Amino acid sequence: MYQYDQYDQAMVDARVDEFRGQVLRRLSGELTEDQFKPLRLKNGLYLQLHAYMLRVAIPYGTLNGRQMRLLGDIADKYDRGYGHFTTRQNIQYNWIKLDDTPDILAELATVEMHAIQTSGNCIRNISSDHMAGAAADELVDPRPYAELLRQWSTFHPEFDYLPRKFKIAVIASDTDRAAMRLHDIGIQIVKNDAGEIGAKFHVGGGMGRTPMIGPMIREFVPALQMVSYAEACLRVYNRYGRRDNKYKARIKILVHEIGADEYRRQVEEEFAHILTLGLEPPQAEFDRIAAFFADPGLESGVLDKVDRSDPDFALWLDQNTAPHKQPGYAVVVISLKPTGGIPGDATADQIRLMAELSTAYSLDELRVTHTQNIVLPHVKKADLYTVWQKLDAAGLGSANLDLISDIIACPGLDYCSLANARSIPLAQKISQRFADMDRQRDLGELKLKISGCINACGHHHAGHIGILGVDKRGIENFQLSFGGSEAADTSLADITGPGFSEDGVVDALEKATNVYLAQRAEGERFLDTYRRIGMAPFKEAIYG
Amino acid sequence: MKILTGNDLASGDVVWWDGKGWSRDVNDAVDVGDAADAILAAEEAALRVNVSYAIAATRDQHGVRPAHIKDRIRALGPTVRLDLTLKPGDTGAANRVI
Amino acid sequence: MGETLLRYREDAVTGAPVLSLEDFLASDPMSNGAAAVRITPGEDARALLPHLGRIALIEVTFPAYTDGRGYSSARILREQGYTGELRASGDVLIDQLSHMCRCGFDAFAPAKPIAAGAAAKAVATWPEVYQKTVDGRSPIWAKRHGL
Repeated sequence: MYQYDQYDQAMVDARVDEFRGQVLRRLSGELTEDQFKPLRLKNGLYLQLHAYMLRVAIPYGTLNGRQMRLLGDIADKYDRGYGHFTTRQNIQYNWIKLDDTPDILAELATVEMHAIQTSGNCIRNISSDHMAGAAADELVDPRPYAELLRQWSTFHPEFDYLPRKFKIAVIASDTDRAAMRLHDIGIQIVKNDAGEIGAKFHVGGGMGRTPMIGPMIREFVPALQMVSYAEACLRVYNRYGRRDNKYKARIKILVHEIGADEYRRQVEEEFAHILTLGLEPPQAEFDRIAAFFADPGLESGVLDKVDRSDPDFALWLDQNTAPHKQPGYAVVVISLKPTGGIPGDATADQIRLMAELSTAYSLDELRVTHTQNIVLPHVKKADLYTVWQKLDAAGLGSANLDLISDIIACPGLDYCSLANARSIPLAQKISQRFADMDRQRDLGELKLKISGCINACGHHHAGHIGILGVDKRGIENFQLSFGGSEAADTSLADITGPGFSEDGVVDALEKATNVYLAQRAEGERFLDTYRRIGMAPFKEAIYG
Repeated sequence: MKILTGNDLASGDVVWWDGKGWSRDVNDAVDVGDAADAILAAEEAALRVNVSYAIAATRDQHGVRPAHIKDRIRALGPTVRLDLTLKPGDTGAANRVI
Repeated sequence: MGETLLRYREDAVTGAPVLSLEDFLASDPMSNGAAAVRITPGEDARALLPHLGRIALIEVTFPAYTDGRGYSSARILREQGYTGELRASGDVLIDQLSHMCRCGFDAFAPAKPIAAGAAAKAVATWPEVYQKTVDGRSPIWAKRHGL
């Protein structure tokens, strides 16, 4: 994976110094909270319900064992012994002290990590496919492109005060594992008819209050013009995105209001101008970056067989591992969704254990998924049993990937000052109601996503089943929706009808899964059945 | 009753105005009547509290109960991590928040 | 204490009255002397492109520092060869000076005065830069490959 040189390190070190000064100015009263807030947000520091919360960037979700180990140590040293992995492939700590943050950032800088642009109205941490570099179905590794864009977007002087936050995802396979079209810019690395590599740009997708699927703005941008094209996309947005209403300020609203064709015309005009300026890093720079990702150390001639004699292991193997492009290897997904647990949370000890396992068994690499799980991307099949045993002993052996209990849940009203309802207790109740693993496997792939407010951090619009928590005259209330997807068949979920209490929504969910079981055709997932038979039979079962 | 809350500037801890200073325990909160704006202005200016505001609350047999669920959760801590609250032994605490 | 006008240029400040964009565009292009014009966040900097040769000062206003449209305005003007004074005025705070310089501003009229020494330090926040902009600095990718 990518390693900093002296330039990258100097940037991160300078940022630590700058933020240390800003914190001192706040503590001394030189800066008011109103002045300080946008500055701290650009460094991922929020003031949440109970304390400051620090979000640490994990660029395109990739990190090494040493970095993961430090994340565990920070949880112990500066927080309360745990961290929360997020739907942006980052980690956040819930109990941070303002006067500790410069020291935390300084420690992160020692392992090439930071909290730069993990919040605020700027270009956020760039997300990617958590199976990049390992997936059997990818065209190329998307991460060198993501890293090129990471450097371009870091402290970009023109785009630090955008109308609203800006999220970019980069993938390179037709199987979308990163919700690409639900980003402000979704890029798919593709090959054109001439066999050249380039980038397909989708612009104006997003979730939040007004969910939209990003329209395709350009079929093919040559790889060596990708930065210039992104610059053009951002400049048009920075100049013309709405600033009169925070809820209409995302680029999706601009693209929607002026239309994809007009937006494309403006971008093309700007792009033609920008190409004359020579802003694009040269091929040699791309090659330098790509070399870091080219060979993680995979061996050939490795035993391509797994001993399935332990039935519990076999269940985990079938559910939580995916094919690797190299024979003899597998991609392991560690579920952070135990029955009754808090989705995405891991203790300091669990984080360090995953770090150890990555170093010993996964070529020192880990990934954070947008579904709040952790990936060991390069595990030899011969080591899978050992890895599973160690995970299982640490409470990390849940064999529920993509099943109903593999729930995405935002922190909700237990932690978040924006939330209207609690997401986590609901996720816990659902996973307990469906605790029987045979039943879960019978229900099959069922992506359930819960957000505690319309900001949709829990991706409820894109859930096969989505749940949105709202505040109904001071009482938590939950809206149920069906039919969303964030995969290549991207779709937005439809609301079933009136909302429910916390227990009521769990009951409704059970009724809906019964409709699916009764009506499914051979091979159909819940989503497929819903798409075929529509809302009516579900509605009748839930409200009838 | 009307009570005052905010966060400690340096630690971020949730705090409640107890008449003389800022307490971590909501049950120490006092009714400030009409004095809210004056107290908050002085305390903010002196950097003794951050992002402070006044809220409605009642006092019952369990103590001071903020009117809105958000402030009740602030007073307690995450309902899903009762081990991290001010009184970790109080297993009924989460139910009273709702 | 602090300065209400920080300038990073050698030439003298123009004495021309600062016109609104509307008044400037309506003014006589043949009139003597260089002009000064002020543009607000919602105004199109490209409207000035045909006139750059007779402008000595363009003031770009920032009614709120969180409104970043002026950064694009500045870059567009510099990218088209404008060499006169480019002044950021209004809610200009010390934490934005570095980025503003990178976008081509070379003068600042902050509503709240900024000390010259602190401003110089803020401008030098970043020892290196990732992007090529209009400030003439060599980006990191160029240095890496001896370009």
